[in-house]
Amino acid sequence: MAFTKDEVLAGLADLVNDETGIATENVQLEKSFTDDLDIDSISMMTIVVNAEEKFDVKIPDDEVKNLKTVQDAVDYITGAQA
Amino acid sequence: MTKMTSLPTRSGSRILSVGAARGDRLVPNEELVGPIDSSDEWIRQRTGIITRARVSDGSEAVDLAETAAKEAIERAGIDGSQLGAVIVSTISNTVQTPSMAALLTERVGATPAPAFDISAACAGYAYGVAQADALVRSGMAEHVLVVGVEKLSEIVDPTDRSISFLLGDGAGAVVVGPSDEPGISPSVWGSDGSHWETIRMTNTLGSMRDGQAWPTLRQDGPTVFRWAVWEMAKKAREALDAAGLEPGDLAAFIPHQANMRIIDEFAKQLKLPDSVAIARDIATTGNTSAASIPLAMHRLLEEQPELSGGLALQIGFGAGLVYGAQVVVLP
Repeated sequence: MAFTKDEVLAGLADLVNDETGIATENVQLEKSFTDDLDIDSISMMTIVVNAEEKFDVKIPDDEVKNLKTVQDAVDYITGAQA
Repeated sequence: MTKMTSLPTRSGSRILSVGAARGDRLVPNEELVGPIDSSDEWIRQRTGIITRARVSDGSEAVDLAETAAKEAIERAGIDGSQLGAVIVSTISNTVQTPSMAALLTERVGATPAPAFDISAACAGYAYGVAQADALVRSGMAEHVLVVGVEKLSEIVDPTDRSISFLLGDGAGAVVVGPSDEPGISPSVWGSDGSHWETIRMTNTLGSMRDGQAWPTLRQDGPTVFRWAVWEMAKKAREALDAAGLEPGDLAAFIPHQANMRIIDEFAKQLKLPDSVAIARDIATTGNTSAASIPLAMHRLLEEQPELSGGLALQIGFGAGLVYGAQVVVLP
């Protein structure tokens, strides 16, 4: 079953919280992972791998650098769902 | 037709001893942060590294290898002349030929033992142990010296933010010898050249001849991190399966000391119980590529001698990409 954008955002916020301790309510669509949330590249990769498992999608390494904002990630994950 | 004779084989091999040598100077983060516009906190947070051991006294890699090798030989209770082979894993030989192993063999009194270098970067030590195990069990050699040695300070670029600030100098050596019981599990090793450029030199020797800069090391950090944790965790589990062991059977986990974040996440993925000691030599020694596993083993045994005789999972992984893992009985 495909996840809605709201479900992906909520799930992503949980993953960000698990990895970094950032409060889930601060994980908002317009936020930049690096500039606003201060997530480094290693934490970002951990979140990506956990998101792959949670949402059953593949996020290739080359795509990760294009996921600049939470919106980018939500759009990519919802679009990548089978 | 007359039948050829074959060598009597052995049931097992094990690591008899370990020796270590580190660069003489511990370089703190503060000395490196300027050219990469960074801070001590930034480096600690991303790598767990506080200092890296680097050579400041003019020693060459082979000098470090000699110190580590002599300690291992002495602790094994043998003489250099009893070595049946000398394997050096390194990317730090100062010339393309002859090998560092041939010179080291002469220095430790092991001539005319067969001697050769392995180029398998951070997996080089695990590759060497795999070969030593095979040589001893096949009857080709009774004692084999395996040395992982690097002088990575030769290939750092002070302005590089990808890997240079991680790197250190050192050598770790083990002597592998016969054992009635298996002391080295079947090795799980391999390569993936489709990622040949993930960890790479900036240019070739040929380009340097044509006037380009001295080659230095680079990596695609996040890509390496993903591979080193999630793909290598699968290989680590394969090594445990091949040994017929569970994580709870281990006394220690000694991964290549690439980055503390990799070590932490790797241990998490393997679901290691708290009883398993995790090697964290990287905090002060830095990343010494082929030398890092035996250096970490040496430190672990110095700090926790009661681990001797216990089982350790060791796994190396790096440029190639290449990897090698086995479970060993700690000397």
